[in-house]
Amino acid sequence: MPDQLLYAMEVTLNGLMAGVLYALVALGFVLIYKASGIFNYAQGVMALFAAMTLVGITEGQVPFSHLINAIFGTEIHNFGWQLPGLVAILLTMVVMVGLAWCVQQFVMRHLVGQAPIILFMATIGLAYFLEGVSDLMWGSEIRKLDIGLPQGINETLDRVTYDLFGYGFFIDNLDVVASVIAALLVIALVAFSQYTKQGRAMRAVADDHQAALSVGISLNFIWVMVWSVAGFVALVAGIMWGTKSGVQFSLSLIALKALPVLMLGGFTSIPGAIVGGLIIGVGEKLFDFMIGPMVGGATENWFAYVLALVFLVFRPQGLFGEKIIERV
Amino acid sequence: MFYREAGDFKTSYQQDSQTFPIRFDRYRYYVVLAVAFGVVPFLINDYWANAILVPFLIYAIAAIGLNILTGYCGQVSLGTGGFMAVGAYACYKLMTAFPEVSMFIHVILAGGITAAVGVLFGLPSLRIKGFYLAVATLAAQFFLVWLLNRVPWFYNYSASGQISAPEREVFGIMITGANAPSWAVYLFCLIFLSLAGILARNLTRGTMGRRWMAIRDMDIAAEIIGVNPLTAKLTAFAVSSFFVGISGALFFSVYLGAVEVGEAFGIQKSFLVLFMVIIGGLGSIFGAFAGAAFLVVLPVALKLVGVDVLGWATDIVAHLQLVIVGGLIITFLVLEPHGLAQLWRVAKEKLRLWPFPY
Repeated sequence: MPDQLLYAMEVTLNGLMAGVLYALVALGFVLIYKASGIFNYAQGVMALFAAMTLVGITEGQVPFSHLINAIFGTEIHNFGWQLPGLVAILLTMVVMVGLAWCVQQFVMRHLVGQAPIILFMATIGLAYFLEGVSDLMWGSEIRKLDIGLPQGINETLDRVTYDLFGYGFFIDNLDVVASVIAALLVIALVAFSQYTKQGRAMRAVADDHQAALSVGISLNFIWVMVWSVAGFVALVAGIMWGTKSGVQFSLSLIALKALPVLMLGGFTSIPGAIVGGLIIGVGEKLFDFMIGPMVGGATENWFAYVLALVFLVFRPQGLFGEKIIERV
Repeated sequence: MFYREAGDFKTSYQQDSQTFPIRFDRYRYYVVLAVAFGVVPFLINDYWANAILVPFLIYAIAAIGLNILTGYCGQVSLGTGGFMAVGAYACYKLMTAFPEVSMFIHVILAGGITAAVGVLFGLPSLRIKGFYLAVATLAAQFFLVWLLNRVPWFYNYSASGQISAPEREVFGIMITGANAPSWAVYLFCLIFLSLAGILARNLTRGTMGRRWMAIRDMDIAAEIIGVNPLTAKLTAFAVSSFFVGISGALFFSVYLGAVEVGEAFGIQKSFLVLFMVIIGGLGSIFGAFAGAAFLVVLPVALKLVGVDVLGWATDIVAHLQLVIVGGLIITFLVLEPHGLAQLWRVAKEKLRLWPFPY
């Protein structure tokens, strides 16, 4: 086989893996959007916050230590313990549920019935707020996150492809793990929303708030739950991205990457988020591989947006979204 | 007591439709203009100009522009930074290509070029709406910044990839470059802001503005009663980008002097201007001024209190600032979705009846 084609195949595979990670972030958006009609811009910052909290808890860092030291002139930094990964993840989850409750209690409850765009802008405000809190709590340096996920080149795949084509593909182990986890997460989420009582209640709320209220479903509870689930998805995404490239501010920018994924897949569809993520992942990698050198490279920043933009002009509701019906 | 309309009779249509129908408002407006043009330039020093006044004037122009698009026409845009970059680079190309032409013309032409680009990126707004459009404008933001960064022609093949403003004079007074006196820079920006304010105020209360507001309130209904959504949305994009482009040109040429596009006109700038519009008040020209003033003064004030008075580290103050800005955005959206402008309106209503409210 010609080398170019092999390279293209490798790029495609890597694109698929990157796409899975995009889809992982996009999932969090879809969940909240389906249940409450809120487009949660803060999802990326939630991933950052979750990953930061996880690192902080694992290393036994005292939250807000810089601020406390600055105000009271003390010198505290560390509790001096080292927690195992699983305990830290559970504790982080508790924090994320607390965050979900706060968001519902102090922000979203007061904005029920506002125009969607107002809610969107509120979540931009939330993103800023959370970013500041995360920096104050845990500091803003780049942190290493290592909870024991495998990393480095996947040798099995390398060997198999070498035997087949005479050229070994480079695929990161972490990407493989991420794809498996993402697949499991999607199955779990679908099962949750189809077969459990809470999941059914969630779908009812998504369908019609008033009707759901009238059969005795607590909107407050459902929304806190949805934000918690989104927090959980953010935590998973944060762990994946954090392990890949360190926990730092740029983690929150993956939210921006997930936006075109959503537009492509449709805001209301979980399969859409996955397919959209894969298309964007492969598309931007291939585009950068083939067209990039001709136009000066670094096309990854904007390609996804332009693709989504062009696509939306022809199909405004996205690939799998519900048809938008407008009435006066 | 101070603020009443008793005895303020209107005897012609012209009087009835003036911008400031109440006499007190009118005089206040003249006084503000007189102070801004006649007093401030004599008192100004470099610190005040660079830290507060000039950024305020420039951001206010951008906020007016975004307010027309978002507040009046209801099309949320996250591409403001990209459009400001277009204005800046257009101004740079014009300044270096035609050194003898006046800066006034360059800045206005830069606005015109930005308007054309804005219309181009406004075209999708005819098909997609709401936050789908908001996300689509992000495409403009990332694509424009990338383009200006990658095509060497835009920065005249300079080695650093930066653009830096050559020294230019207006009426024999230097206004760009490091040696420009701060009062001249201030006046130059002030002239543009005043013109932008007057233009925007009159556009928004005329036919065009009413069309925009009809589209904002419900686009389908507006279309049925005969507002052409194509022209309404595209004019909003054009006018808005025109102002944003002017502000970008000023930001580069007279304020910063040298610009690296990703740094100065990144996504953060888009959000900053959007926040100004939200905090100031969507759909209000005064709100654009108030929001710009607020968000320009806030970091300076926080730094003054946090770093200089309390002696905290700069990064803690910077993080606190994020928390405060984010918290304020949420607070305003929850408590007063119409922003500072609405507070001002309420205060005026109260003052009209004071001291004998009924």
